[in-house]
Amino acid sequence: MGSTPGTSGRPETSGVGRRDLIKRAAALGIISVPTMGFLSACASGGGGDNDKAKTVKKTKNNPFGVAKDNDLDVFIFKGGYGDAYAKAWEASFEKKYGGSVAHSGEQDVTGKLQPRFNKGNPPDVVDDSGSKKMKLDTLHKEGHLTDLTQLLDAPSIDDPSKKIRDIMLPGTIEQGTFGGKFHALFYVYATWGLWYSNKLFKKHGWKVPKTWDEMLDIMKDAKSKGIGGLAHQGKYPYYMNIVIMDLIAKTGGMDAVKAIDNLDKKAFVGNPAAERAIEAVYEIVEKGLLMPGTNSLEHTEAQTKWNEYKAVFIPSGSWLENEQAKQTPDDFEMTFLPLPLLPDSKMKLHALRTGADEPFIVPSKAKNVAGGLEFLRRMLSKEGATAFAKEASSLSVIGPEYVDKSVQLRPGIKTALAAVDACPVDERFNFRYSEWYGELDVAIQNATGELMAKRITPKKWLERCQAAVDKEAEKNPDTKRK
Amino acid sequence: MHRKKYPFIAGFLVLPVGLYVLLVIWPYLQTISYSFTDWSGASQNFNFVGLDNYKDLANDDVFIKALQHNALLLVLVPTLTILLSLFFAFMVNVGGRGGAGGVSGVKGSAFYRVIFFFPQVLSIAILAILFKAVYRGDDSGLINGTLQAVGLGDKSNPTEWLNDPDLVLWCIVFVMVWAGAGFYMVLFSAAMQSIPKDIYEAALLDGAGRFQTFFRVTLPLLWETIQTAWVFLAILSMDAFLLISTLTSQDFGGGPDHSSEVISTYLMRNFQTYSKSGYACAMGVVMLLLTLIVSIVTLRLSRRDRIEF
Repeated sequence: MGSTPGTSGRPETSGVGRRDLIKRAAALGIISVPTMGFLSACASGGGGDNDKAKTVKKTKNNPFGVAKDNDLDVFIFKGGYGDAYAKAWEASFEKKYGGSVAHSGEQDVTGKLQPRFNKGNPPDVVDDSGSKKMKLDTLHKEGHLTDLTQLLDAPSIDDPSKKIRDIMLPGTIEQGTFGGKFHALFYVYATWGLWYSNKLFKKHGWKVPKTWDEMLDIMKDAKSKGIGGLAHQGKYPYYMNIVIMDLIAKTGGMDAVKAIDNLDKKAFVGNPAAERAIEAVYEIVEKGLLMPGTNSLEHTEAQTKWNEYKAVFIPSGSWLENEQAKQTPDDFEMTFLPLPLLPDSKMKLHALRTGADEPFIVPSKAKNVAGGLEFLRRMLSKEGATAFAKEASSLSVIGPEYVDKSVQLRPGIKTALAAVDACPVDERFNFRYSEWYGELDVAIQNATGELMAKRITPKKWLERCQAAVDKEAEKNPDTKRK
Repeated sequence: MHRKKYPFIAGFLVLPVGLYVLLVIWPYLQTISYSFTDWSGASQNFNFVGLDNYKDLANDDVFIKALQHNALLLVLVPTLTILLSLFFAFMVNVGGRGGAGGVSGVKGSAFYRVIFFFPQVLSIAILAILFKAVYRGDDSGLINGTLQAVGLGDKSNPTEWLNDPDLVLWCIVFVMVWAGAGFYMVLFSAAMQSIPKDIYEAALLDGAGRFQTFFRVTLPLLWETIQTAWVFLAILSMDAFLLISTLTSQDFGGGPDHSSEVISTYLMRNFQTYSKSGYACAMGVVMLLLTLIVSIVTLRLSRRDRIEF
């Protein structure tokens, strides 16, 4: 430090000095780079026809003409359901068709796949789920999704007289349809709502609440005993929005659901159902019935505290039990509960949010499209559904009759399935806005985070959500749900 | 002689310059050109939209907020880190008194030197996990748990450090300073050790105290090192992505409700979650320009005559 090499007495060489040389070299680089053709290389380059996998003649048993010994590349979102089920499918596929099946189980779907889609080198099957999923909407617009209608019309493996489309539960095809064509197979049949420990209920003599007020009474009683009323996965307001949105739906009926999905001018402000629902939810905050600190917890942290009986209720979907398998005590008696009702609700108590979840796609630029389609067809078989029930303890969109009787589902998921059974098909509902309008979803989540932390009022929540809806409507003049 | 030297030196430069162009300059140029398109990030189809992305940026409230947060980090992180590490370095090297006229650090300085350098050994991912546990919002958090154990915390209403718009950015600043101070202490120590001891001895003979020695001798002689440190820390504050995205809420961090949003977190959300990659590239370009401006301004403003010894 402090010494100055330039003056140390070394003689300067004449001719081309050091600095000049660097300048010239740099200039050379700058000139040569743009001539390589802008934007044609790197980030969005590549593409073209890479060697596609061979196919053979299509037959009834092999409707997509899958040739033997082709490799298959499967990418699975490793979230609440894990990825053990996919490994079982892959092993079965390998056994039948030879070749090797490459498996990736990841959480950061976009981070891993965006570059591959850009390069035109995507996997053959993608489970595009989780908070880092690639937006199906975008993939569809860019022509990245294979038309899966051929899958719907293919014969079922277990009973070739039936088509695949006839064995799927209602709503699955609608959910996976983009621009009039079926592009995504939402594989998991999921339901959303509140969960509680029946052991805790029995211990304190609580009865299953039918109305919002009965639920608040339980929470108040719990609070007096040092237990939080409601835990929620505060770092991800997605979960609390299950409670808020479902309460809006049950209070205002399908009209309220459609108003939000359709970006109505009165989706939130001026919608009595939304106004009543958010006031009711805010009561939990105002009366201090939240589990202390829950607003800032990770989903696993909050769920684990709930497993430790630190809170009565928690919102989540049907994957909760599988996700918490290691943290749940044996005698916990995890039980599902559709949202309790406000007075004069349009929907009945048993109404609940169900839907197909976990979209599987076959990228149109994949090497082995036929193999990908066949992989999906095999997922929709007795063998596929049984493996999924066994490894992920959840049901697929072909329903419980395709699951082998030897597989015992976990007790919690059974209560959720019973609740689904108790609800007639036309009273099940689902929201679509979060899938269609990513920015609207984030805006509503942020507003919910603020509301739960008591930083904004219910009135302000409604205004913020409405403003986000209006902003989205401006960008999308033609709304999607008619 | 000259003719032979030219290809000889160029031969050495081909590889490093080539790599630099391919891995640094080329992505920059690509980003700049994408920033004029409506690229979705998922395919090779896009349209040229001129300056639209930049116009939108100027009207984007969240982006403006992110800029302000970056500016705050830019002022706080380098200032606090440098002050703290200078203090540590001074105490560890020349702050001690006693001995027969010798200049040395405080007692146990070798021990402190190792301890303060510890955070530098940890990767940011580990730092994030560590501080997640420290700041956790319920009674299981290190701070909240400790506060409650000594009867200071409110059990039913604990401080949700990372979910409080007034605290979250300060929590981030603390981690950045905590993690950086050790490294810069070592950097400044090395610089201090190259200052000849006789200067200090002369100052001591003249009756200079710790305070005077520091401001009249150490600081002027360290100026160049501090300048370098400032530029490094400023660049670090312009980014701060990994820490914020792992510690705070929202996709890619920046929560709650954008209160710890910085350009890099908002950029990533636009690039991936919203599929507005062209728009995100425009943010990247703004970030590049700001980083360049900050570096140049810092180096210009702090230019002083070099003291030779």
